[in-house]
Amino acid sequence: MEKRYINKEGLAKWFGSILNSGKRVYAPVRHGEKVDFHQVHSLEDVAEDYIQTTLSAKSVIFPRAEVLFSYKKDNKEVTLEDFNPDSVPETVIWKIRPCDAAGFIPLSDIFNGGYDDVVYAAHLNKTTLVSFSCAKADDFCFCTSVNGSPGATKGSDIQLTILPDGGAIAEIITDKGMALIKSADDCFESAKDEDKSKYLADVPVYFDLNTVHDKLKEAFSSDIWKQQSERCLGCGACAFVCPTCACFSIEENSKGSHGQRIRCWDSCGFSMFTQHTSGHNPRSTQSQRWRQRILHKFSYMPERINDFGCTGCGRCSRACPVDMNIREHLTSIVK
Amino acid sequence: MSKSNIYLPYLMRIEKITQEAPGVKTFRLKFEKEEDEKEFSFKSGQFGEYSAFGEGESTFCIASSPTKKGYIECTFRATGRVTNGLDALEEGNTMGFRGPFGNTFPMDEWKGKNLVFVAGGIALPPMRCVICNALDTRENYKDITIVYGAKSVNDLVYKDELKEWADRPDVNLVTTVDPGGETPDWKGEVGFVPSVLDKVAPSSENTVAIVCGPPIMIKFTFPVLEKLGFKDENIYTTLENRMKCGVGKCGRCNVGKLYVCKDGPVFSKAQLNDIPAEEY
Repeated sequence: MEKRYINKEGLAKWFGSILNSGKRVYAPVRHGEKVDFHQVHSLEDVAEDYIQTTLSAKSVIFPRAEVLFSYKKDNKEVTLEDFNPDSVPETVIWKIRPCDAAGFIPLSDIFNGGYDDVVYAAHLNKTTLVSFSCAKADDFCFCTSVNGSPGATKGSDIQLTILPDGGAIAEIITDKGMALIKSADDCFESAKDEDKSKYLADVPVYFDLNTVHDKLKEAFSSDIWKQQSERCLGCGACAFVCPTCACFSIEENSKGSHGQRIRCWDSCGFSMFTQHTSGHNPRSTQSQRWRQRILHKFSYMPERINDFGCTGCGRCSRACPVDMNIREHLTSIVK
Repeated sequence: MSKSNIYLPYLMRIEKITQEAPGVKTFRLKFEKEEDEKEFSFKSGQFGEYSAFGEGESTFCIASSPTKKGYIECTFRATGRVTNGLDALEEGNTMGFRGPFGNTFPMDEWKGKNLVFVAGGIALPPMRCVICNALDTRENYKDITIVYGAKSVNDLVYKDELKEWADRPDVNLVTTVDPGGETPDWKGEVGFVPSVLDKVAPSSENTVAIVCGPPIMIKFTFPVLEKLGFKDENIYTTLENRMKCGVGKCGRCNVGKLYVCKDGPVFSKAQLNDIPAEEY
């Protein structure tokens, strides 16, 4: 992996050049107490000094609602207007956390596995991920328990580690990352011989992931699901803030002779998710739905796509209105 | 139009509508574009996403046999928003279809065997595809037995084909209606499907059983087949979990580690033994 050094002024200049290139740039922006990814137009827009955005950066590549195609009805005739991949602009996600960047690995496995999803791929192919390694973490973070780390580069195109002088070590992970560096090559210097690990947050390992996976094989009929989820409201916040949750619905948005078929986020925690028109519902209780959430992420996904559906970002625990804490729940499964 | 977008449906012309039973219709659908028809092929057991533009998509099997070229058929009961939207369409109207999706009944492996079909209610359509396929390639199979039941005489679907099958010397068709569902001139059985199957008692020797029906019917049919000596790997059924995408992405039909849309909808009972029954 190639490394470069960029000083503070260079960093600002490079960021300016990305903005001027016409690419959309999404970065964390502060709105009151909340920090979330929004399109930015200057470096001053980018939030400083926060642990984690409320929502992940998932929506930049997998939007909350997206038109899959449009149609027009004219008497008995129907004409279709296909999704146009060229309509997706070149995009940079700036200052994404390593756990969020890693989330796009399982997401891509789901969307591109078997049948290619051209709608997802159009966004992914046109997006460059510039992650910032984490100098700080909080009690909700557990990336090191799920194959991640505050300096993990999996899923990133470039990773920056900010140094005390305001400059950064830039690790160039992919060709897409290299292209973004080359677009402002003069901002960069050759890398100093510096170990980034001393600038990373210390995130303790809470549980052994393989033990979780093994224990879950026998846990389907366990009482733990009911115990853990008795207070669950079924609000679905955990799925909406999650960087790896991919479950979606396909809905109709039509008015008169025009309409669109739309993909929108959904959640296995919602009671209607699996309900048949007949009324039959294989997962009629919240504990069944909580079990599905955990088993899908930590048992089924590793078996199907060789990757876990969790990157340890801790968002679901921060967002939960009844303080369900996934890290604590997984730790108790191991015990 | 590029077919590379997996969510973009084929445009289908409704060529013929048959009222099968109260609330139940069969649509015969032709591809509006010749190139779509040319590139399309499917096998027995596969399903699709059928759409009424303005209402959305709904999942049903392809009810016609792959041996019938130039069209596909689907049978549905008007129940929710989409199926009521489809129900309101007329012959000559355009609707959408995505597919074929999912796996198939292993009809090649069944060559030289007896086939026993057990179906209840609106679950005959997924089986009709296989039955018609088997009848169109009749020389490949030995005895064919069909046990089909519905709530009432009026609720039996494919009435014309039932007559046809009843008249064939090479098909043993047994139809039944739930107690109270019979009419004065009803000549078939009266009773629930599992007990009628018990009475018909087809031999399990060199035989494959295919069971489709509501969950409660399947639950009581499996023990009867077991009693008759059928091994789990010779019993097939389809799962009917709710779906949206049909291509293993939306997460809805996840049952254990399997996706009904990709790994199914056809499963042997032996396969089902490995996944939790309460998930379907």
